Amino acid sequence: MAIVQQIVFLATLGIAGYLIRKRVLRIRGNILLGKDASITDRKDQRLKNMLLVAFGQKKMFKRWIPATLHFFIYAGFLIINLEVLEFIIDGLAGTHRIFAPVLGGAYNFLMNGFEFLAVAVLAACVIFLIRRNVLKLPRFHSAEMTRWPRMDANLILCIEIALMFAILFMNASDQLLQSRGHEHYTPTGPLFFSSFFMPVLQSLSTTGLEVVERFCWWFHIVGILGFSVYITYSKHLHIFLAFPNTYYATLEAKGHINNMPVVTAEVKSMLGLAPAPAAPAMPGRFGAKDINDLSWNNLMAAYSCTECGRCTSECPANLTGKRLSPRKIMMDVRDRMEDVGKSIEKGGPGLNDGKTLLGDYITKEEINACTSCNACVEACPVLINPLEIILELRRFQAMEESSSPQQWNSMFQNIETSFAPWKFPASDRFNWAK
Amino acid sequence: MNVTTMAEWAAKGETPEVLFWVGCAGSFDDRAKRVTLAFVKILNATGIKFAVLGTEETCTGDPARRAGNEFLFQMQAMNNIQVLNGYGVKKIVTACPHCFNTLKNEYPELGGNYEVIHHATFLQQLINDGKVKLAGGGSFKGRKITYHDSCYLGRANNIYEAPREVLQALDADLVEMKRCRTTGLCCGAGGAQMFKEPEPGKKDINIARTEEALATGANTIAVACPFCMTMMSDGVKNKEKEADVKVKDIAELIAEAEGL
Ligand code: SF4
Ligand code: SF4
Repeated sequence: MAIVQQIVFLATLGIAGYLIRKRVLRIRGNILLGKDASITDRKDQRLKNMLLVAFGQKKMFKRWIPATLHFFIYAGFLIINLEVLEFIIDGLAGTHRIFAPVLGGAYNFLMNGFEFLAVAVLAACVIFLIRRNVLKLPRFHSAEMTRWPRMDANLILCIEIALMFAILFMNASDQLLQSRGHEHYTPTGPLFFSSFFMPVLQSLSTTGLEVVERFCWWFHIVGILGFSVYITYSKHLHIFLAFPNTYYATLEAKGHINNMPVVTAEVKSMLGLAPAPAAPAMPGRFGAKDINDLSWNNLMAAYSCTECGRCTSECPANLTGKRLSPRKIMMDVRDRMEDVGKSIEKGGPGLNDGKTLLGDYITKEEINACTSCNACVEACPVLINPLEIILELRRFQAMEESSSPQQWNSMFQNIETSFAPWKFPASDRFNWAK
Repeated sequence: MNVTTMAEWAAKGETPEVLFWVGCAGSFDDRAKRVTLAFVKILNATGIKFAVLGTEETCTGDPARRAGNEFLFQMQAMNNIQVLNGYGVKKIVTACPHCFNTLKNEYPELGGNYEVIHHATFLQQLINDGKVKLAGGGSFKGRKITYHDSCYLGRANNIYEAPREVLQALDADLVEMKRCRTTGLCCGAGGAQMFKEPEPGKKDINIARTEEALATGANTIAVACPFCMTMMSDGVKNKEKEADVKVKDIAELIAEAEGL
């Protein structure tokens, strides 16, 4: 019997590993559709950002109640997963709680710690479900939060709750079996939180308890593995990608816009400040029309987005009813990557499917509504910069298509002819002093 | 009024301490010109040797870059840098947060390296150094002032306290809007929006922000940016509150308190 369980476990582990690997490679491939950008400077500062913002969740703590609850789920997720190590060894070797005799008293301490976290995670998930679905926080229900993003959020909370219950019931039945002197069940010492569930199971026979214990064990480990596959399709990828994303986030002042060196070379030669570039290095495109015109870190940012909507709820354009939503910009980039990736995987046309990010996913009306106020950038808990993407799309609009709004084209013309965005003669510039 | 251009200083063989970058709004917009004059009066009163570029100044290129026209931005930037470097300019002060941001953060990559200061910080330093002496709490006592954060000063460059300290020196009653500092709401003009009609929506951004400012009960809305000035003034007009509520640049308030 034991050997059957071991074989089934190995197979489960293998399937999960295969699926996760496939997804990770796809996501990596999708991100690498982006343009090269080497970000190798100021490593210390980047590391510090990552530790503070991703690991320490510094930006979340602007509002401390949701931050604390979120921190419980996050810490619970990280720490309880240490137990998965034991699960895997037990599953493969056919042992039970292999670390219990080795660690002795420390094991009991650890298990009680895990149980505390499990209860904290449970409570936090229930509160978050209420906040989303009963209190209906507006940012969880705006236009781009269509069925799937809303379900994604709820689903993950429900899965977490189920997994935590599984741990508690597993430990409760385990303790009962220990108390009945079942030799397979190594003593763990008393476990505080799960002992509250013992009365519910008390009346079961020993076989019944074994069934409950095994069921919970399997449910938990299969649940964790399933969860791992699932998050690669979900906004919950931020659990992992928040780390590289905060590391690679820009360190410049928020007001700084990335320079375009190709333009610099050209302008210098036009002004006679430098010889014309020998072979006019043709940039793929000025600005961005599709995901491959954005740099890889912009694309990774889209996969790191938690869809929390903190950006959109601070966006002046969105607040006053414009179409623009910085969260939607990130979700669109991600959707476009997924669509292109899927097509490539099936041997389809990929990027050349007749669609583009600007036009089919994001409209000009959206990008032209942005005031570049940086409220979204400031608000994002994982240092995503939707503004950078918006500006790249505007560059395409202005430089490749010359299709900026008419009034902007006039403004460009005024700067060209009278060196000011308004149509005043340049010679009048100093008249204020008269 | 005493305003000397860089060319005039150069002709005399002298170098001024600081260049006052006036900006397009400060040069051409009637309301912003009054701010320019107020700031010049303050500079003159302190006896600081300053210069302006006069007709040699041109748009920094900020609106072009934000609207996506990188070519035009860089053309402007390179030309300005040639002029600035030609005069050996080291230190620049400006009353426009957009010019400030571009000169400070975006010109270095193109070869223009200067110490760039916004007039909020500059005024704060003058007050701290005792170079600006305020007539002493008379006219401002009990006046309720609210400060509207400019995005390009605040979030873009982390300057939140300097303008507030300047206002505190007035001995007025400084009240904050609900959204302020890092969460301050934009006036609606940034990112080249100043130069076009807003996209369709339920409301104009400047109206939303003006409502927040009026809700504080302040009778003065202090700004530190010529675009914010336009947007907030239009908002106050739209709400038919021009008689009771004034929109003023921090330089104007200081000049007023100095009796200039
Ligand atoms: S920078 Fe643009 S997208 Fe971001 S909050 Fe401001 S207006 Fe909205
Ligand atoms: S971009 Fe940042 S703030 Fe906006 S939804 Fe994504 S994670 Fe939240």
